[in-house]
Amino acid sequence: MDLAFSPEDEAFRQEVREFIAAEWTDDLAERQKRSKTHHLGKEATIAWQQKLAKKGWMGINWPKEYGGPGFTQVQKYIFDFELNAAGVPLGENMGTIMCAPVIMAFGTDEQKKEHLPKTRAGERWWCQGYSEPGSGSDLASLSLKAEDKGDHYLLNGSKTWTTFAQYADWMFLLARTDNSGKKQEGISFLLLDMKTPGITIDPIYTIDLPAIGHQEVNQCFFEDVKVPKENLVGKENDGWTCAKYLLQFERGNAYAPRLTRVIEHIKEMAKKERSDTGTRLIDDEDFARQIADCERELMAIDFNERRVFAALSTGGAVGANSSMLKLRGTEVGQRLELLATEAVGYYVMPFERDTDASLDGLTNQPPIGPDYAASLAPIYFNHRKTTIYAGSSEVQRNIMSKAILGL
Amino acid sequence: MDIDFSPEDAAFREEVRTFIAENYPQEIRDKQKRGEKLTREEHLAWHKICYKKGWAAPKWPVEHGGTGWTVTQKYIWGEENALAETIPPLPFGMNMLAPVIMAFGSDEQKKSVLPGILSGEVWWCQGYSEPGAGSDLAGLKTRAVRDGDEYVINGAKTWTTLGQYADWMFCLCRTDPDVKKQEGISFILIDMKTPGITVRPIITLEGGHEVNEVFLEDVRVPVSNRVGEENKGWTYAKFLLSHERSGIAGVARSKRAIERLREISRTEVSGGAPLIEDQDFARKISDVEIQLTALEYTELRTLASESSGKGPGPEASLLKIRGTEIGQRITELTIEAVGYYGYPFRNGPMADGSNVFPVGPNYAAGAVPTYLNTRKTSIFGGSNEIQHNIIAKAVLGL
Amino acid sequence: MDFSFTEEQSMLRDMVQRFVRENYDLDARRKIVESEEGMSRDHWNTFAELGLLAAPFPEEYDGMGGSQIDTMVIMEELGRGLVVEPYFQTVVLGGGFIREGGSEDQKKALIPGIISGEDIYAVGFAEPQSRFNLFDITTKAEKSGDGYTLNGYKAVVLGGPWANKLIITARTSGGQSDADGISVFIVDKSANGVSTRDYPTIDGLRASEVTLENVAVGADALIGEEGKGGPLLEKVVDQGIAALCAEACGAMKVLNDTTVEYCKTREQFGQPIGKFQVLQHRMVDMFMEYEQSISMTYMVNLKLDESDAERKKAASAAKVQIGKSGKMIGQSAVQLHGGMGMTDELNVGHYFKRLTMIDTLFGNVDHHLRRYTNVDRAAA
Repeated sequence: MDLAFSPEDEAFRQEVREFIAAEWTDDLAERQKRSKTHHLGKEATIAWQQKLAKKGWMGINWPKEYGGPGFTQVQKYIFDFELNAAGVPLGENMGTIMCAPVIMAFGTDEQKKEHLPKTRAGERWWCQGYSEPGSGSDLASLSLKAEDKGDHYLLNGSKTWTTFAQYADWMFLLARTDNSGKKQEGISFLLLDMKTPGITIDPIYTIDLPAIGHQEVNQCFFEDVKVPKENLVGKENDGWTCAKYLLQFERGNAYAPRLTRVIEHIKEMAKKERSDTGTRLIDDEDFARQIADCERELMAIDFNERRVFAALSTGGAVGANSSMLKLRGTEVGQRLELLATEAVGYYVMPFERDTDASLDGLTNQPPIGPDYAASLAPIYFNHRKTTIYAGSSEVQRNIMSKAILGL
Repeated sequence: MDIDFSPEDAAFREEVRTFIAENYPQEIRDKQKRGEKLTREEHLAWHKICYKKGWAAPKWPVEHGGTGWTVTQKYIWGEENALAETIPPLPFGMNMLAPVIMAFGSDEQKKSVLPGILSGEVWWCQGYSEPGAGSDLAGLKTRAVRDGDEYVINGAKTWTTLGQYADWMFCLCRTDPDVKKQEGISFILIDMKTPGITVRPIITLEGGHEVNEVFLEDVRVPVSNRVGEENKGWTYAKFLLSHERSGIAGVARSKRAIERLREISRTEVSGGAPLIEDQDFARKISDVEIQLTALEYTELRTLASESSGKGPGPEASLLKIRGTEIGQRITELTIEAVGYYGYPFRNGPMADGSNVFPVGPNYAAGAVPTYLNTRKTSIFGGSNEIQHNIIAKAVLGL
Repeated sequence: MDFSFTEEQSMLRDMVQRFVRENYDLDARRKIVESEEGMSRDHWNTFAELGLLAAPFPEEYDGMGGSQIDTMVIMEELGRGLVVEPYFQTVVLGGGFIREGGSEDQKKALIPGIISGEDIYAVGFAEPQSRFNLFDITTKAEKSGDGYTLNGYKAVVLGGPWANKLIITARTSGGQSDADGISVFIVDKSANGVSTRDYPTIDGLRASEVTLENVAVGADALIGEEGKGGPLLEKVVDQGIAALCAEACGAMKVLNDTTVEYCKTREQFGQPIGKFQVLQHRMVDMFMEYEQSISMTYMVNLKLDESDAERKKAASAAKVQIGKSGKMIGQSAVQLHGGMGMTDELNVGHYFKRLTMIDTLFGNVDHHLRRYTNVDRAAA
């Protein structure tokens, strides 16, 4: 047992820091800061991903043969940690994390050639077509119909909670190709070009009210949308295998690096804010105690994650432990974001909805209250989603009670 | 809407307070303070004093020896007794069996059973839970087989509180094993002196002997000891459980416990100052006291709707859940307050006639045992999980 | 002891319920919130016609002579409708200052304007540095001639954009956080030297940052005694907390009912999700939080006229309860609605946001736990 990093690892850390210093330019940082939920928006996100790709740091979990950087577990941890500590988004996205592994595992050579390089280069934006209005936690009950028409499928139905569908070039989706058997059977995994005729995207505005046109999620409707058969991944009616394979990639990430940054941010604010008694808020016994309590939780998460990921480097699997990581990471995250709202007193209340102009920095109204206050409530409200999506906390607990406790 | 007590009620409160002050036995009060175990007779002493005054059973109808008090007066009586920490009459006969007898018992049973409960002469215990039937009470297996004018009973009951002192037990037995589990149960009264009964102590985690296992081996009981109809016992059992829950909020007792916690934390020292001046600790006391205030007003609201004629509803489950959670929280804080002097273990802290002085302050000796013992409150009387189920079904319609 | 409502109070409740039912579904509210002004003057006039604006004022000033319980009933129902019109700011707070601290002349002059719907109030009590300490005031009022000159800055003045009258707390003497030396003024928003920056709030209201620059007011602008405004301020805010608790209860009730209803109809894994015990128990916990909140709301509203210490403890205890319960119920309602709970389209998020902001208003759970503890210590 050893907590120290090797000299090679420290050198790598330095390299990451230098890269951020050079490439995370002020205009990117400004753009991020102007959005209340700290989204870069489409163009800046792509620009940033392309910088990472050029450095070879996109698709960080990808095997080397597909262009992955071949990071060790420790390097992944350092990379993740440093980007988060700097408040910089990772380039990883739905495409690199979720779609690509499925294509690598089940796709044809043509599919690999067509999609993987562009995805890794940040040139192909993917969105996920999983949930439907009637199928949330019970994903396998999905009903989007893909009818066999010889050389193509005809899609009819809808998908919902589609993240940034309005920006996406392609969608990977689950559709029903057979109704006769058990609900898990008869599902197929398809790739869909979003420019195909017949697709309508309806924005869903979440409670944090993002700018018009910059909604995070959408409902997508499909009316006689043609999907060529070469876009079927794996076998027909065997999509559930792909979906399950993919779910393990969705949940197996570390939360501690980002949460560490959040806690630092709370401390920075608490040094500037005043308490009821006129001291610095960070010197207020009650508030300091809450921070300390959150830090304790975070330490536990951090070491828990390190234990799990250390097991990975010696060949273990994350397995159902990923449910624990997700549960603790999201729940503590929500607690931290609530605490952050409490740091600024009444200045948590003002809310001026983002607009294209404000996101582009074309308005020059000074902020109401301290400049860090405006994001706090929107982020708190927005992040209530984290215990709902990607398998709700309730579903995660079910998974653990079954897989770990054997109940 | 108002929360004032009428002048009559205030006068009544004064009368109750004086009665308790003048009549509660000092030697029992002293033993309680030292956390010593009470004898059988001491358990009953206050009950008998109240009986002489005619105040033993305020909740009973006047015809059976009740006091005829208003709902508010009953509330005041309960509150004053709790604040004075008197030993209440045993609940098994008074609050649990008696309402069942009054509602479903024969005239014979009313005559033979109720007076003994009222006077405190007869000690009852409860034969409900079994080793295999806890939260799922209806799954009980103790078998009563009809043999002429008698039932022959075989089986085992468990968690029988103070069964070691009991004269009689009211017992749920299976009289028909071939129907739905709720439909083959009968409610039977058993004299504990009947041959074939063995009482075995269960020592709980704090070292006390409060509960027992009761084994029944070919125990013969006259059929006339059955309450109500054969195989209808589940109805009576549920009726009893709803009575068990009311009054379980324990608001006044918890108030007294918070007061005691405050006294302790004025004596204990932390960082050179009284513990009560420690912001963190004071804040924890405030927090639990606020929870208790909320529960108090919820109970008062329930009470108000009872006096306007609506019976205690499934909301009583709320009182049980929150009341026990708060009670447990106070015992937890008490352990925190006494610090290291929670460690010494007096075996047993409630041993008869022990005159060994406790290590550390008097109030510390009982802190951990009380905490440990109080864990039971969220388990018995229908576990808090079961109470959640009751509310989900009966209130929320889920 | 009595927890029942009078016939008049029940009628009052029915009346507000009917108003909300007929005028305040989510779409209607959305239209109001998104309108230029952010409130409906028509609804305000309806409030006046229905007599709601007259409810808590003595009959001698043409009020209805209602008690705090009447206010509680009204606020609870407004909470159920998530009504944005500034009843709270105008009648409960503004009216509260005048009723509790105003002179006979001020009452005669000012209460009719509230009752008729002509005047809308907003209260500037917070400042950028004050956090939740009501006494932390840097805004200054200096004697000049018969009147005063006000200089300073007030933060997040709720309802500010709608108001024509501002209540401003200012320091006439003493140090920045002293209890003594605080005075309460009523200022016309149109007065020279008053400027505002208006903006929406996250829970659908509007607020202003208010700058006061050499604002001259007459002697009749002072409410209560000079320098003795601290206790008045605390009393009115405690009354405000009592009313706010009622509003929160109304919102919690809607969330609980909506959630139970949703879980009975939403099907996953072949059955309504309300059949899953883990969700049932969470809803039971929500139910219990609501019941405890209602109890505390009754408690504080019944104790407002007791001694200062009792009143403060009651208000802080209730505010702690509401803060905790509101958080638990709001978060759970979103969680149990799943993704739908995250959308702006459903009412759930709107109630959740309001409850979250109610926790902040006049001090959050931490603040009131401390206040409760301090009052308790001072009494011991």
